[in-house]
Amino acid sequence: MTAKTFAQKAIERASGVADLVPGRIVDAFPDLYMSHTASWRCIRTLEKMGVERLYDVDRVAMVMDHLSPAMNAKTAADHALCREFAKKMGVRNFFDVNSGIAHIVLMEHGLVRPGRFIIGTDSHSTIYGALGAFGTGVGFSEITAAWVTGKLWVKVPESVRIVVDGDLAPGVYAKDVMLKLIGDLGADGLTYESAEFSGSYVEGMSVSERMTFCNLAMEMGAKNAFVAPDDTTLAYLGEAGVPRDELDILLPDEGAAYRATVRLDGPALAPQIAVPHTVDNVVGVGEVAGTKLDQVFIGSCANAKYDDLVIAADVLAGHRVAPGLRLIVTPASAKIMAQASDSGVLTKLIQAGAMITNPGCGACAGNGGAMADGEVTLSTANRNFQGRMGSYDSKIFLSSPATAAASAIRGVITDPREIVSTAVVA
Amino acid sequence: MGSAHRVGGKVITFGENVNTDVIIPGRYLVSIDPAELAEHAFEPLGAETQARLRASDVVVAGRNFGCGSAREQAATCLLGAGIKAVVAASFSRVFFRNAINTGLVAVESPAAAEAAADGGEMWVDYDAGTVETSGQTFPFSPYPQVLREIMADGGLIPHLMASFAGGNQ
Repeated sequence: MTAKTFAQKAIERASGVADLVPGRIVDAFPDLYMSHTASWRCIRTLEKMGVERLYDVDRVAMVMDHLSPAMNAKTAADHALCREFAKKMGVRNFFDVNSGIAHIVLMEHGLVRPGRFIIGTDSHSTIYGALGAFGTGVGFSEITAAWVTGKLWVKVPESVRIVVDGDLAPGVYAKDVMLKLIGDLGADGLTYESAEFSGSYVEGMSVSERMTFCNLAMEMGAKNAFVAPDDTTLAYLGEAGVPRDELDILLPDEGAAYRATVRLDGPALAPQIAVPHTVDNVVGVGEVAGTKLDQVFIGSCANAKYDDLVIAADVLAGHRVAPGLRLIVTPASAKIMAQASDSGVLTKLIQAGAMITNPGCGACAGNGGAMADGEVTLSTANRNFQGRMGSYDSKIFLSSPATAAASAIRGVITDPREIVSTAVVA
Repeated sequence: MGSAHRVGGKVITFGENVNTDVIIPGRYLVSIDPAELAEHAFEPLGAETQARLRASDVVVAGRNFGCGSAREQAATCLLGAGIKAVVAASFSRVFFRNAINTGLVAVESPAAAEAAADGGEMWVDYDAGTVETSGQTFPFSPYPQVLREIMADGGLIPHLMASFAGGNQ
């Protein structure tokens, strides 16, 4: 038997076709079809098709995350359509506007499991690799088609190994590693490819940090991303209520063929910043330190999980947000928000001057936290495209939650290591 | 008389890494109408670019066209603007899928993209696998069978409906 990558194994499992090689196109049967705000378009398309029977309603998951809560009658009507559809069709995995960001919500509810093949109407569906699943983004027509036929065409990707060894220095985080990789490899460095992360740093990462990695792999064009499931994964899945005997863990074989291996030395890394208007326009924080900010946004599926909020709160402890600067914190899910409330993290953030908004995509999807002409935001999200947050004449920089929090204190882009000495950085 | 697989006309050129927020800003995703979406296509680049887009038939771009979001409207809005084909040095994965699935011809040809002139002409024959522009012809690998079938029916949903009509489901 030829040694296989994770992607080969996952697509073989989902397609039932053996011995797949990169480049081959097959029909795969995903285990889960996630649709977020695009759900209403899927429903309208289904109506147009005149189809009333779904292939497997239990593989449908809908999360109202991008426009939550509704901002006008139109978006409210779209939500209502989704609610009615879920009820009529018996979609058990329907998560309403109070739930949070689709990716995080699905993982918290045990719907993402090792070896599963998951498609979603969101490019950052690569994040499911954090739990050893094959996750990839598709358009709403493809989700609609999967609702009906249960399948979609998939090209077997080549794979690239990304090895990160060694601990990171204080003040440096998983987000910095990914910004550095995106900067080095480019926004299309992994297009159509499967990113397999490994190395001593990766093995030591929390599931949240693995989410940050796999989420941001998309910004290099990756088709999917993967971290090998281990005890950390099993502990997370246990909390999510997934019985251990239901797991079907797929691991790459020793000696599998990779297009390339990329290595990054963890201890040598400094905090990184993506400069407008592309994610791969990455520099060390020192190069843009002092840039005046109007707003800091701590949110998105990349960096608004519980540990991200703790990091930000610890940096902000004993400080106040700079006069005139707006700090918006949007927890990624209701569960995370409740945890941050119970532990006092929300209070710390509020006392420092942060404005807390409801869980969901928030400002990253352009809802709330918009910028006026000429304004500048430092964001923990995954994109800094022109006009994504309000005015086309505004700017978005990207960083870790620690850099974002440190910068909120000074009102200018700030190296978090300058604040670390007065804070406990997790 | 051209073949049904031959589409093209006037070219509008763009650079590298043109992202989906520039092609169709997120605030307009509440619409489902190609014509309405087309009104806002490339809005961040200004009214002049938008007017030129609507007067063009082929979008030509550098590497990684359509990077970013999985929003299918990035392909739909171009169709709404009257664009018949996109020829780029390379595409982001999701944009390429969305193009095929909405029936928008998408061809990867770095040489043709390089040779194209802004405001000039380009013709794509996706059955023969050729791009003609600036007096030159550039071959490309024809679509795999499954993609040809989807394109022939005008996109994924029409393709599915055709297959239902044919008794395949």
